[in-house]
Amino acid sequence: MATVPFPTDGGAKVIPRRLFMREILEDTPGGDPRLEMCIQCGTCSGSCPSGADMDYSPRRIFAMIEAGMREEVLRANTFWYCVSCYYCFVRCPQEVKITDIMYTLKRKAIREGYYKESSASEAPDFSETFVEAVFKYGRSFELGLATRYHLRHHPIDAVKMAAGMGLSMLRKGRMDLTPRRIRDLAQLQAILARAKEIAREERVEIGGVA
Amino acid sequence: MKYNYYPGCSLEKNASAYHDSTMAIAGPLDMQFSEVDDWNCCGAIELIAIDKMQAYALVTRNLAQAQKQTHNGETLVAPCSACFLNLSKCDAYLVKDEPLAAKVNDALSAGGLHYTPGTVKTRHLLEVTVNDVGYEQIAAQVKKPLHNLRVAAYYGCLIVRPGFLDKFDDPEYPTSLDKLMQTLGATVVDFPMKAHCCGGHMTQISEKVALDLIHRLLKNAADYQADVIVTICPMCQLNLDAYQENVNKAYGTNYNIPILYFTQLMGLAFGTPPEQLGFGKEFINAAPALAKIGVEPPKPAPKPKAAKGALPLPIMPEEN
Repeated sequence: MATVPFPTDGGAKVIPRRLFMREILEDTPGGDPRLEMCIQCGTCSGSCPSGADMDYSPRRIFAMIEAGMREEVLRANTFWYCVSCYYCFVRCPQEVKITDIMYTLKRKAIREGYYKESSASEAPDFSETFVEAVFKYGRSFELGLATRYHLRHHPIDAVKMAAGMGLSMLRKGRMDLTPRRIRDLAQLQAILARAKEIAREERVEIGGVA
Repeated sequence: MKYNYYPGCSLEKNASAYHDSTMAIAGPLDMQFSEVDDWNCCGAIELIAIDKMQAYALVTRNLAQAQKQTHNGETLVAPCSACFLNLSKCDAYLVKDEPLAAKVNDALSAGGLHYTPGTVKTRHLLEVTVNDVGYEQIAAQVKKPLHNLRVAAYYGCLIVRPGFLDKFDDPEYPTSLDKLMQTLGATVVDFPMKAHCCGGHMTQISEKVALDLIHRLLKNAADYQADVIVTICPMCQLNLDAYQENVNKAYGTNYNIPILYFTQLMGLAFGTPPEQLGFGKEFINAAPALAKIGVEPPKPAPKPKAAKGALPLPIMPEEN
């Protein structure tokens, strides 16, 4: 019977459950995110303002990553409920860059479709609708974001919102009716197109899902 | 003092009160702001959830644009906490992560741009105000002290955490804005939640989660009888102001606390006419609180009436 060789990391053997950990470390920018240094103290979970609404607290998610529970982790709502307050980030005694890990998990869950199975399945669409405008105009566009995102996901609430807060925002001169565009959109779009290509090449290089 | 200035998308419209009041106090404080030419959105916390390389390239295009204007100094001032964080964090990570910097510059070259990591120092407007101008200089400009106004100084998250450039204030219990408000003559109330989260984009993703966070902040400010909450971030302002009514509905409360920008209160203390400080755009009317310091903000325009026989459509104010 042929045995599957262990993947190697600089000559050292990597046990299969550690592959998920390595994937995350390699996909997190800004130097070593130090996730391997986690000592399971729970300071992150105790500091998290939205922890009560998460399937698994941040501490638990990190233990699950350590255990190689790839699918369970990517299906969780934990990182979608992260509000980027950076409390855990500054309090972690091991200086794990927790917020950055959460963004990495978001990207993986979107790329591989796991977010659809999470209780926060609408969250990626909000991000995507937001960036659609940025790609198209170079600036964000609140009216377009609110109408497109809410009509798609909460049509009844969307009408109520449009009649209430939306109208007040327009009346108070706090929302544009038309988007604002940057001057050199072609330049921005060329940069973003190349960036997307580079990201894909990088993923192929490290053997993840392109 | 000369600075490059990155207003960010919010300050163009939603938080125009912040932009207007910043420009109004720039003169008395001897600050000159040059807007970054053709700046683009910083991506908020949305693009980083989708594509890492695009997120970094998007932010770095702004740094590259600012790098072209270093004749105005190497400091880039951002009044929005999220923009401030994205710009400063991006630069810090490009310095630390050379392969990332090389890839981002590869992307920028598709648009004929290049950025040298570490060139542009992004700083938040509050930090620049208290450190470069300084409390003494600010005190010298106060003509109408804000006596009797009880202010809760709200920092939110991203100006004090994680602190990629200079940690200018405590990440857990900051005091710079408190001191600034005291310099203006205001009574600064204790506000233990001052560096807690406003909910960010959760108002759009899970309103229940966001309202819980907003409620905690409003309750805390109300417990200490604050007349106003003063903020340094357009997202914090919007969440606490526009969703206050929703909090009242969800929690059976009756909060009515105006949420103002620190620059608006600075302007009032400097004797700048309130018309120049963007008042009247807040959801929670600031007039009763401002009456305590003898300021009468401009009255909001009366609701426009539809012409007889017109279709029942909402009428919008004329674009200014």
